[in-house]
Amino acid sequence: MDWTAYLPMLWQGAFVTMTITLASIAVGAVLAFVFGIMRVEGGPILSTIALCYTEVFRGTSLLVQLFWFYYALPLVGLSFDPITTGILVLAAHAGGYGAEIVRGALSSVSTQQLEAARALNFSRLQTLFRVSLPQAIVEMMPAFGNLAIETLKLSSLVSLISIADLTFAAQSIRNITLDSTSIYSITLLCYFAMSLVLMVAIRVVERLVRRGQAFPQMPRS
Amino acid sequence: MTEDNTAPIIEFSNVAKRFGPLTVLDDFNFTVRKGEKVTLIGPSGSGKSTVLRILMTLEPFQDGRLTLSGMSYHEPNGKGPFKASERHLRQIRTHVGMVFQSFNLFPHMTVLRNVVEAPLRVLGIARAEAECRALQLLDMVGLADKKDFYPSQLSGGQQQRVAIARALAMRPRVLLFDEPTSALDPQLVGEVLSVIRGLAHEHDLTMLLVTHEMRFAREVSDRVCFFDKGRICEQGAPDEIFGAPREARTREFLSSVLA
Repeated sequence: MDWTAYLPMLWQGAFVTMTITLASIAVGAVLAFVFGIMRVEGGPILSTIALCYTEVFRGTSLLVQLFWFYYALPLVGLSFDPITTGILVLAAHAGGYGAEIVRGALSSVSTQQLEAARALNFSRLQTLFRVSLPQAIVEMMPAFGNLAIETLKLSSLVSLISIADLTFAAQSIRNITLDSTSIYSITLLCYFAMSLVLMVAIRVVERLVRRGQAFPQMPRS
Repeated sequence: MTEDNTAPIIEFSNVAKRFGPLTVLDDFNFTVRKGEKVTLIGPSGSGKSTVLRILMTLEPFQDGRLTLSGMSYHEPNGKGPFKASERHLRQIRTHVGMVFQSFNLFPHMTVLRNVVEAPLRVLGIARAEAECRALQLLDMVGLADKKDFYPSQLSGGQQQRVAIARALAMRPRVLLFDEPTSALDPQLVGEVLSVIRGLAHEHDLTMLLVTHEMRFAREVSDRVCFFDKGRICEQGAPDEIFGAPREARTREFLSSVLA
């Protein structure tokens, strides 16, 4: 069997991987902002909830989280289809790390900026959305880029809850053909190509939040 | 030139401000009349900037009483370090504006947006009107042609002039200047001082200025206050303070900065 014969199956798997990754990044970004903002601005109760969320999802194994949501949760009566489970767990995982990025960037906004906002009589929410976040988001972008690529690579774990993603497809073909070398080489290249596309997309977003001339120097790290 | 018989707009009575064990203001009394231009001078750490920061509600104070246009900073049942609700503090802030040593312009906004944003969002002024007024103010500080630039593309002196326009756009009754030229290269100081000098002729605007520019203080102020160790050691008309200081500490300080 010629290696080009693997491509249609791998392509199908790659499509599933892309779907899951992009959906997880989108949902994860929302979670990251919600919980990150809660950490900084939420007051004692909300920030403790956000702290628990980030620590649970950062402090436990992603694979076990997947198994828990896929095998254990249905036993208490809540079940989703595998794809939804995969997206939710990956998103929650990315959201946990993302919330820390958001928290860090928000707390790095200088007090001078906050004092200027106060002197102009901005409300707390106006200060957050008009002064802090637009500056913090520039600081977040490099870390968010890493997290997006990390999410792509971690998405291969969803093959273990029976989702036919790229890794799953590679495993299936290998089980039939035993041609490990070419299959895994092609698979690695596929992941690499996808992460390249992600990196370019992140650069574009980064340029947008930098607003051209506003932040000419690299942000302080 | 001020009306001597108007009620004070700012009144500190027996105010104490402590940072932990450090006492910055001690039994502090200070009144400013409407429209008065007052310069605060003195060695660093003497509490001059703290007075401005308390007025801007950037710092709480512990004891005593402070009123602005008759409004007390502390509420009778106020909680937290400010002993007042955020709502009450925002009410006070509508009367005060501040120009900072390091400009503190918003780096992600153009010059025009920096000036327009607060009138638009906080005062709820219509965009066309807010922009028209912002352009007038930028024209007054000589920077109307830079309205679409970002702060990072301007010199320090230009940034500070934008910051003055931004503060004025909120129509404060009291404008505070916290060492507005200390962060500037010497050749940029003049352009900022000339903008402030222009404001000194605004009859209704009360100005408090912390500065190390002694010649400028002498020229624009109605009154000069010399601060030492959290109190006003000596105050009076500029010619008295600079020409014939009574206190030994004042003479010492002036001879060290004018030397």
